[in-house]
Amino acid sequence: MSARVSALKARALRKSYGALEVVSGLDLEVAPGECFGLLGPNGAGKTTTLRLCLGLTHPDAGEIELLGEPVPARARQARQRIGVVPQFDNLDPDFTVAENLLVYGRYFGMAPRAIAAKLGGLLEFAGLAGREDARINTLSGGMKRRLTLARALVNDPQLLFMDEPTTGLDPQARHLIWERLRRLTQEGKTLVLTTHFMEEAERLCHRLAIMDRGRLIAAGTPRELIAAHIEPQVVEVHGNGYEAWMEQARRLAPRVERAGDTVFVYAADAAPVLADLRGRPELAYLHRPASLEDVFLKLTGRDLRD
Amino acid sequence: MRWVAVWRRNFLVWRKLVIASVLSNLADPLILLFGLGYGLGALLPSVEGMSYIAFFAAGTLCSATMFTASFESMFSGFSRMHGQKTWDAILYAPLTIDDVVAGEIVWAASKAWLSGATILAVAAVFGLAASPLGVLALPVAFLVGLAFAAVGLVMTVLAKNWDFFSFYMTLIMTPMTMISGVFFPAEQLPRPVLAVAQVLPLYHGVELVRPLVAGRLPTDAVVHLVVLLVYAGAGYAIAIMFARRRFSA
Repeated sequence: MSARVSALKARALRKSYGALEVVSGLDLEVAPGECFGLLGPNGAGKTTTLRLCLGLTHPDAGEIELLGEPVPARARQARQRIGVVPQFDNLDPDFTVAENLLVYGRYFGMAPRAIAAKLGGLLEFAGLAGREDARINTLSGGMKRRLTLARALVNDPQLLFMDEPTTGLDPQARHLIWERLRRLTQEGKTLVLTTHFMEEAERLCHRLAIMDRGRLIAAGTPRELIAAHIEPQVVEVHGNGYEAWMEQARRLAPRVERAGDTVFVYAADAAPVLADLRGRPELAYLHRPASLEDVFLKLTGRDLRD
Repeated sequence: MRWVAVWRRNFLVWRKLVIASVLSNLADPLILLFGLGYGLGALLPSVEGMSYIAFFAAGTLCSATMFTASFESMFSGFSRMHGQKTWDAILYAPLTIDDVVAGEIVWAASKAWLSGATILAVAAVFGLAASPLGVLALPVAFLVGLAFAAVGLVMTVLAKNWDFFSFYMTLIMTPMTMISGVFFPAEQLPRPVLAVAQVLPLYHGVELVRPLVAGRLPTDAVVHLVVLLVYAGAGYAIAIMFARRRFSA
């Protein structure tokens, strides 16, 4: 990564709103062609970080370089080669599918002919071929999301920022978006996405950073994060008497946590725990390998964040 | 010139909804013009040396321009900024909030100009604006549009919700329409009221447009033009200041 210029580099970023410091000394580096995921609970500062990187919000301190351009000083020049998929769709409801792409291309100074030449490919990519004259309010949530993604590609960007790209979509629509995002990575585009779906992060991202209270608290590949932060095996236990059993579990495994009426047992070797549970029919259990979600919950806690 | 893309976006929406848009911008002022103009005009002798309807046509040209610019920059602008988040989408592209503000103001002024120009054309068809000097009312109408679009956009970037505009409409625009010489000569108002009218932009638009439509050159034209330009320029600067605060906080 060091030999090539980073696609995105942020150092010691800080941003406060009033007394609340939303981003507190953040360092980020994304390599070209990488799919990078920024994970964090609600209010962790993910969206503010994206806005800072785009030059839409000015940091109180720190430095940002986006595609080699200093931000916010030359954010406009950087955005010429950037695509953005916001958290909430803001397609133009007065326009058809094709008009949305045409008007958006004009914001990049593209000639009508250049936009028209891209239209077919973008519609195909969005799975909206033949729907170019459809009104936005006739599209499903998944179609709108894909059109927003196509809109972000109209200027053939080198890097795409996506803020929770699949939030609110059904599984079918989500898988289709994932397939498209993988296609973009294969084409060599750099992707920076925020999400709080661990499955999404695990499937798509080459590298992840977990963010909480304005700071990065862990970074690495999904496998590295799991290996570094959590025991490889998990047993989830619930049923009558689970509280009493927790004491026993603590003797059998290094880490035991409770969330609501479920006990989570983390261990390198779960065999002793499982052997003990076989003798307790009143307790139901699930044995599974540790996932990114376990890492996430360990690092950010199980408290609700609204 | 990146703001032109913002203007063109609004123009494309307008073109798709052109009939409803033109109707709503013109029906009201034209009904008022002919209703009041002929109705009230029958009771009145000439006003400032012209028929009442000709007098009122020049006033209507200005007030319709003002209302179109204000509605477009406030209600439609707020809808784009707040409801539809169209501005947010534009800001991901290589445009800045300054470009958006400029595009919105020039767009609202353009739409307002069309209202003013159409009223001038209707007045000409009815023989109420026979002089070729009347053509000079066209650039004045655009300037009136710019002034009210800029002030309207200041309201928009300050607004938290739709109700905010009622204060400006009810407390400023409506009284201003009454005292700015739209319906009757402002000079017959008590001095202090006239003084208030003279610091507001509509009065100066009327003072320019009415003589031009009647075929005379306006007196103190430079003063009137400067006041309108100051409103447009200051409104633009203030709108940008508050828009930056709102969007890049």
